[in-house]
Amino acid sequence: MKKVRYAAVFAGLILLFLAAMVLNINTGSVDISLPEILRILFWREGDETAVSIIWKIRLPRLLTAALLGGALALSGFLLQTFFRNPIAGPFVLGISSGAKMFLALVTIALSPLLPRMPMPVTVLAAFLGSMVSMAFVLLVSGKIKNMSTLLVVGMMISYICSAVTDFLINFAKEADIVNLTYWSMGSFSAASWSDLRAASMVVLPASVLTFLLSKPISAYALGEGYARSVGVNVKAFRVLLILFSSLLSACVTAFAGPISFVGIAVPHITRLLLKTDKPALMIPASFLCSGVFCMFCDLAARTMFAPTELSVSTVTSAVGAPIVIWLMLKRRKGHEG
Amino acid sequence: MKADSGYFVSEDLAVGYRSLPLIREISLQVKRGEILTLIGPNGSGKSTILKTITRQLAAVSGAAYLGGEDLWRMPPKTLAQRQSVVLTERVRPELMTCWELVATARYPYTGRFGRLEVRDQAAVEAALRRVQGLELAERLVAELSDGQFQRVMLARAICQEPEMIVLDEPTSFLDIRHKLEILGILQKMAREEGVAVVMSLHEVDLAAKVSDRVVCVKGETIAACGPPEKIFSNQVIAKLYGIEAGQYDCRLGTVELAKPAGAPMALVVGGNGTGIPFYRALQRLGLPFAAGILWKNDIEAPVAEALAAQVFWAEAFLPPELEVHMSALNFLEKCALVADSGCPKVGLNEANAQLLWQAREKGVAVARSVEELAGLLGR
Repeated sequence: MKKVRYAAVFAGLILLFLAAMVLNINTGSVDISLPEILRILFWREGDETAVSIIWKIRLPRLLTAALLGGALALSGFLLQTFFRNPIAGPFVLGISSGAKMFLALVTIALSPLLPRMPMPVTVLAAFLGSMVSMAFVLLVSGKIKNMSTLLVVGMMISYICSAVTDFLINFAKEADIVNLTYWSMGSFSAASWSDLRAASMVVLPASVLTFLLSKPISAYALGEGYARSVGVNVKAFRVLLILFSSLLSACVTAFAGPISFVGIAVPHITRLLLKTDKPALMIPASFLCSGVFCMFCDLAARTMFAPTELSVSTVTSAVGAPIVIWLMLKRRKGHEG
Repeated sequence: MKADSGYFVSEDLAVGYRSLPLIREISLQVKRGEILTLIGPNGSGKSTILKTITRQLAAVSGAAYLGGEDLWRMPPKTLAQRQSVVLTERVRPELMTCWELVATARYPYTGRFGRLEVRDQAAVEAALRRVQGLELAERLVAELSDGQFQRVMLARAICQEPEMIVLDEPTSFLDIRHKLEILGILQKMAREEGVAVVMSLHEVDLAAKVSDRVVCVKGETIAACGPPEKIFSNQVIAKLYGIEAGQYDCRLGTVELAKPAGAPMALVVGGNGTGIPFYRALQRLGLPFAAGILWKNDIEAPVAEALAAQVFWAEAFLPPELEVHMSALNFLEKCALVADSGCPKVGLNEANAQLLWQAREKGVAVARSVEELAGLLGR
């Protein structure tokens, strides 16, 4: 009975994934028919502009959306496990804002030396920023056991980082401001094959390692004490959890900018579909689900008001924020009942 | 090494937080099949001791041995296969069934991905059966009552196939039926499976009944330690918990609130336990009273002792002494009210028939029920 549900969910997600791929390739300012797409994908023949649009623009973009979307969901799932709070996520806890602040700092500091920020520097800056915010959240969470307070602290960190970023922007060059603003909107549009390769070098190993942590993650569901009592090395486990979640969210933030609500909303959607919290199922399913989610959001972002392109964060927020509100209401009810 | 003295032994253990000793010189010994209970007031450090011997908290100093091996140096997996816990943290994961919760205890036995083999599944089922929780297997943990949840947590601890179970206040917040269920299961685990049980209890009365050894925790060192018959005296318990108002009676495990202050104004003539409702009613009304004539071996003697300002005692099995009888009669003079609990006035108890007769002669109001008593007092 349960196994049928799991199989159905995975089959459905894979179908949606394929559908999202086809739609993403197919939709846009240049219409390309399905047989032509297949020909271009598998044999690389056909109209030269079409080949280059698909191979150089749409394919790397949709794969990046899928990969980084998956990373976001995993990061959210890990943070929710760590804080044992359903609305923890990289954006809510101020981790994305920390990344943004650091990136602004580095961009402005290095702009006299470098005309264009090299990708590794961007990634590193975003990663450091994430880690600093995360460290701060951890420090506070050690003192405050109340989870709603923790979220408020996360939001405040978010505001502080935004304030610092805005302050820094006053001293930035125009070109830098444009870059930063563009980056902070959150978008997959700049994705290239080399970005995708670089991102997958971080995301894929981190995801596989996360999957290998399934067993301790499920033991952790009952709390730290019980996890320790069945033989989990809690200290090392917590370090890994934080490391992977920061790494994943930092990577997304570095390549696509801050993208809100995916990290919270998608693990929950997946949980509702699977009706279980087993990490061995949740990890691959949320990755897949988030890939689908982000591909559709990206599709919406670029087609809804074409030729104007929305930031993908606009779309994910519009879909994700109501889900979060609904979750909070549902949880409140559970507490009272 | 220490195999003959007990399955679990601690020697000169000091526990506390951040290497500040809270309690020192803790020497515990538990054999397999034995139940050791820590009792003591809130905040006395029972949990700290339990956290230390389950390695949730580092010891400040001292040694501990589990099955003859150094507890501090034992690999986590070995420890997990020997010792399981029921903690006070009550995290209830959403979307987890009881079966899945119990199965988390198989962690030290399963492989890389935690796949449950046939043997593991059998262990989960056996553990649920132990706590009579098989019908809960597919229920969601979030939907359970406190009593059911605690039973499932106990099944989880059993499913780990330990040689020692450590429980921190396993019966707190449960109703009396569930308290008895939990302790009954533990007693069976000790007796039938030879599991060593170490736990803390808030219920002194239950601790006296279920434990093979009792440790009183209060102050900087262990206050007292030994078999329950040596530990449980009214004075030791009153001192341990610092009871000032009210009384705990160790013989029966009954608890009474503080007796009303002042000189007695009423007399309860009870016997055979029939006086108890009257004593308690007067305590609730806050009216100081005397009781008697009461034989020291009467079932209600401990209650009368705890609640009455004065008791006219008769020695067990003997007729009341004349002096006692006289002072009871004298007391009627200044007494506003007499309660007749309706105990048969036959044999030696005819003395009380006389007392009641005297009361009527003197025109003192006599209440025959608790309602009448309250009525006479205008409440």
